[in-house]
Amino acid sequence: MSKPVRIGFVLFAIALLVSGAWIGLAWAPPDREMGHVQRIMYMHVPAAWMALLSATMNFGACVSYLWKASWKKDAFAEATAEVGLLFGTIAILLGAIWGRPTWGVYWAWDPRLTTMAILLVAYAGYLALRRFVDDPDRRAVWSAVVGIIIAVDVPVVYFSVKWWKSLHQVQSTPRTVDPQMVIALRWNAFAFLAVLIVFLVTRYRIALAARMRETTVPDAPAGAREAVAS
Amino acid sequence: MEIRGPEPIGCKNCRTTGSLGANGTWAACVSRRFRTVHLSSNDVELAPALHLHEVSKRYGARWALVRVSLTVRRGTALLLTGHNGSGKTTLLRVLATAVRPSSGKVEILGLDAALEPERVRAQVGLLSHAHYVYEDLSGLENLLVLARLLREPGSAATEALERLGLSPKDDRPVRTYSAGMRRRLALARLFLKRPAVALLDEPFVELDPTGVAELEARIRELRSAGTTLVLATHHIEQGLQLCTDRLHLEQGRSIAA
Amino acid sequence: MRRPGLLASTWVLFRKDLLLEWRSRARVNALLFFSLATLLLFSFALGPDTALLRRNAGGYLWLALLLASVLALGESFRVERENATLEGLRLVPVNARAIFLAKAVANAVLLAGLGGLLVPVLVALLDVRIVLPVGQLLGLILLGCLAIAAPGTLYGAIASHARARDVLLPLLLFPILIPALVAAAKGTALVFEGDPMGQFPSWVALLTSFDLIYWGLGVLLFPRVVEE
Repeated sequence: MSKPVRIGFVLFAIALLVSGAWIGLAWAPPDREMGHVQRIMYMHVPAAWMALLSATMNFGACVSYLWKASWKKDAFAEATAEVGLLFGTIAILLGAIWGRPTWGVYWAWDPRLTTMAILLVAYAGYLALRRFVDDPDRRAVWSAVVGIIIAVDVPVVYFSVKWWKSLHQVQSTPRTVDPQMVIALRWNAFAFLAVLIVFLVTRYRIALAARMRETTVPDAPAGAREAVAS
Repeated sequence: MEIRGPEPIGCKNCRTTGSLGANGTWAACVSRRFRTVHLSSNDVELAPALHLHEVSKRYGARWALVRVSLTVRRGTALLLTGHNGSGKTTLLRVLATAVRPSSGKVEILGLDAALEPERVRAQVGLLSHAHYVYEDLSGLENLLVLARLLREPGSAATEALERLGLSPKDDRPVRTYSAGMRRRLALARLFLKRPAVALLDEPFVELDPTGVAELEARIRELRSAGTTLVLATHHIEQGLQLCTDRLHLEQGRSIAA
Repeated sequence: MRRPGLLASTWVLFRKDLLLEWRSRARVNALLFFSLATLLLFSFALGPDTALLRRNAGGYLWLALLLASVLALGESFRVERENATLEGLRLVPVNARAIFLAKAVANAVLLAGLGGLLVPVLVALLDVRIVLPVGQLLGLILLGCLAIAAPGTLYGAIASHARARDVLLPLLLFPILIPALVAAAKGTALVFEGDPMGQFPSWVALLTSFDLIYWGLGVLLFPRVVEE
């Protein structure tokens, strides 16, 4: 992506985000039961979606890397993990902020929220692994392995937490949704997608530059001679 | 002490099995990327023990080997010299297929190390800085593990130990061994495997003069049995006596002496 | 020279791993006492309401096993790093999958043994009853330890070559093990308190599927972890 395109896209993302905020805060109607507090969903839900999207892309990058190694794939894996962690943290924080006035507590062992929290800790471990391995080749292979294991674990975690939780009372979230709310949600989802793309592209370029710096090739000497055992 | 050849395999094309010929050469079927190719005995006779072509190895940003090429014929011995950090250990590890090169081709006994690492490993023995032994087990126990993995009888392990002057009845853990005994145990592992190619990475360090003399004798034994040898050492005098050829490395680049 | 197959190599290496564990049985003893100390810590931190302690006994058992597993797994690979024996095995050559299977099973056996020994401690310390058949409890412990051992061996291999390995191993391992922990702890609680609604088989099924998935992944991915 050339620089003007990148800058243009950043502006586009900002525009979407700002308009989405207005739509979510002002234009959409307040919720029948929860009132204005519900508006936080317009950020919480897209953030969660982007986190999951990032995690999926990370899985793809990891599998792809193990199939055929390339620094681009490794850089992309690093970017998706970190950006996904960011969006996931936002999602959980917003969820907690929403939870206090609604449920009375900052945290409930809701299966989706719990899975997200576990996912975040897992990716924090992934990033810690990348930090603690110095050799770029091994770092790439090992984090690909860890990324795959995390991704495979996500549905298992979700299912087991759901089950575990269902032995106790269930937090239900009934949804009959006003069409204006749907529009607001979709608009913000696209806004978040644009922001995700901006963050990913930036982080990817940083990671790729770091890889290149770590693995620069010296020029081979002109006169490397073949040594033959005579 | 006879050297092992490659294990016999059948070629899909002609159902010929490989076997070690009378004069130590062989005809073999070699798999190349999902096909099996039958090499005539002419082809295989000419295949050198070791052939590296433009091999480079990078660790992070540092290039340990830069476009090294070499050819070593069967039964000869190559002396590998160079300062610390010149790439001697890396070169030996590449030959042992302990690491894969970042670029270049490695052929051992006509086998491509990238395509058939397991078959190459069966023919190569590496005596490295790390001795590959478990500190908590005795010498015999360590060798028995190796013997079973090589499908050799337990007596082979005892024999190898005795050959190197270690007592099979000694059941003290390796942790208590002196440096010389550890070196002998590592050599015993090598003798147990009886590879066609032996790679020795600075075997003379930490040995007293008796140990050095003994090690020299063992190396001569290996050579007289027809093992191809690559010896990396700073002890150039010993090296020159034992080896037929020499390769000098500087900063990962080969400089023929 | 014909090389042994996967199962034969695994068996040789498994015996080697057990022998190593036996040789360092002082360490294994220390591990047992570490687990006992952990249980005591839980009791003091969360007691002295004995009814509460009894209800949570299943959880305590698995927490203690989880903490002990970090030490055991770390040790299992420290031994291999000492003289680069892992590389030595690869160069024999030994199928990397055999190395994984042998080590993971050996670790599972060690942990399961530890778990078995902790049960009477729980009975004594926390006054739990074993309502369901003991065989079911032991089987559950084995399944749970298999669940810890597979990703634990995989991550142990990775962490042993990284910096901050003592922190990295639990950090990587614990999030992954949460489903197994949930299933094992719930199942154990049912063994101690009775299972009127017949939920025990479901938890066993969850744990078993977890085991299958992670042993499969381990066998698949371990060669990539140890190759250079």
